[in-house]
Amino acid sequence: MTVTAPRSTSGSALASGAGRVGGMVVVVWGAATAGFFALRLVPGDPVDAMLGVNANVSEQVRAHIREDWGLTQPLPLQYVEYLGRLVRGDLGTSYRLQQPVVDVLGQQLAPTVQLMGLAMVIALVLAMGSALLARGRRMRGLLSFAELFAVSSPTFWTGLVLIAVFGFGLHWFPVVNSEGFAALVLPAVTLAIPVAGIISQVLRQGLDAASVMPFADTARSRGIGHARLLFRHTLRHAASDSITLTGYLVGSLLGGSVLVETVFARPGLGQAALDAITNRDIPIVLGIIVLAAVVFSVINLIVDLAYDVIDPRLRAESSHRGA
Amino acid sequence: MSIIDAVRAAVKSGTGLGAGLRGGPGGVPGSRPGAGASAQAKRRTTRVGLWIASAFLVVLALATVAPWLFTTADPLQTDVAHALQAPGFGHPFGTDQSGRDVFARVLYGSRYSLAIGFGATAIGLLAGLVIGALAGVMNRLGDGVLSRAIEVIMAFPEFLLALIVIAVIGPGEISLLVAVAIAVIPAYARVARVQTLVVKRAGYVEAARTLGVSRVTTVLRHVIPNTLGPLLVMATMGVGTAITAAAGLSFLGLGPQPPTPEWGLILAGGRNFLATAWWIAVFPGLVITATVISTSIVGRSLRARAAGRAA
Repeated sequence: MTVTAPRSTSGSALASGAGRVGGMVVVVWGAATAGFFALRLVPGDPVDAMLGVNANVSEQVRAHIREDWGLTQPLPLQYVEYLGRLVRGDLGTSYRLQQPVVDVLGQQLAPTVQLMGLAMVIALVLAMGSALLARGRRMRGLLSFAELFAVSSPTFWTGLVLIAVFGFGLHWFPVVNSEGFAALVLPAVTLAIPVAGIISQVLRQGLDAASVMPFADTARSRGIGHARLLFRHTLRHAASDSITLTGYLVGSLLGGSVLVETVFARPGLGQAALDAITNRDIPIVLGIIVLAAVVFSVINLIVDLAYDVIDPRLRAESSHRGA
Repeated sequence: MSIIDAVRAAVKSGTGLGAGLRGGPGGVPGSRPGAGASAQAKRRTTRVGLWIASAFLVVLALATVAPWLFTTADPLQTDVAHALQAPGFGHPFGTDQSGRDVFARVLYGSRYSLAIGFGATAIGLLAGLVIGALAGVMNRLGDGVLSRAIEVIMAFPEFLLALIVIAVIGPGEISLLVAVAIAVIPAYARVARVQTLVVKRAGYVEAARTLGVSRVTTVLRHVIPNTLGPLLVMATMGVGTAITAAAGLSFLGLGPQPPTPEWGLILAGGRNFLATAWWIAVFPGLVITATVISTSIVGRSLRARAAGRAA
């Protein structure tokens, strides 16, 4: 990383901001376009997806339905119209549910966001706990094996094990499909375990690097304890590595939620995605693709901005990266 | 002072975060030895771990080729009289609701999981190498377009990407392989591109160009072989991710259909008997976890060796 000399940056900051937003638009447009054309390759008649394969409908009615949905127009025109609607925030209408995609996804958003939010909190608590415990060779060995186990075990398996132990075995938590916070705990823990393993690995690496810095030696020479050194000094230093991970982690939470929601039979975006894929409900699939691209872009933008706030050395450089 | 240097070196060698990360769970740089850790003891435990991991993978490979070496039971043979039996001498992993031996099913299942895991990784690596090398040697415009495309695809979590691919090509065993392969291509392509850019500036490539070797020959003979190393190390750890992703997709019912003895499918079947017969779901998952841990350990050791050689 080269640190250029600080310049007056009000103009270039604006330019780099514009560059970032432009980059976001490119990512969302690219994902929407690739998704739009790739999903045209899905075999089968969309009318079957709308009515069910066994529906007994005359060819005339089918043609009429295709006409209504604009599926008879030339593909480039359909694409342009799709983009036009996308810009206005319209993701189209679900084939199967006959509802706007925005509404369908909107209904499923809350359970998934709750799940991911609680999972992230649990993961951070676990990772911090492991950073606090990491003293002495034996403990470190144990922790690094626990981390390896956490990142290696598939979520659909840990979920089932947790249900078997805490649901059926100890009866601490409800087992299937219930409302309320208690029903959220096991799914969130399941989703949190691999994420906690990753944060913990990266955080500890950063902390080890920070703990041999001169400022840590100074702090220790004042007789400061392990926990205080961690919270007051080294953690801040190690945090920037972990922030890089945020985008990756939110992505893996999103991917993992498909499996976790299936294991625990919970409603949510993951379930909506799986339903749409098995029922070939193309507008919903495309909506999820666009949503994922938007989430990714926004997270990346936030991460970039967070860097600027945390590490002033990067401010001068960001104008180069934004290009 | 020497300890500090050692830790710094260790931390340095463990970087390459962005690239390694998408490679999978093992791709995250491992925890580094602590400042006070005795290096010799650390090395000993590492070596023991490496032996165990390698041994496990060898057994698994044998089970793929010749599962009958380890069990006489037939993975598809139902025996209702002995349904839902707990693990014991006759059935080390117990029996499922139809009385099939879970141990035999897991052993025979390694064939599917490993074939998909290694197959998808190999395809992803080759395609990624070609795309990345192309981007690396292209002019600015071509490189820009390819890099942007890779960036757009990498906006999607691997698992979601594999799901989307399945949405397009439909479920099934081959689809599973293709979906996982496509999902991992961008990660390899990105590393291959960066590596190509590095190699392109190396002295021997310049020398070859000066000597009048054609562009294509230079790429084939010098750039690609020297890009392959880091990708192979990445792939060792990627196999674990590919196996987990494939098992996850077939857990969702998007891969092979019952009664195929595939790990994710056995697990999904055990889901309905969790209260009465935990072993049906627990053992296949345990084997998946052990497989991923083993590939991570072997991959890390390879990476450490590669880093040692480069230093």
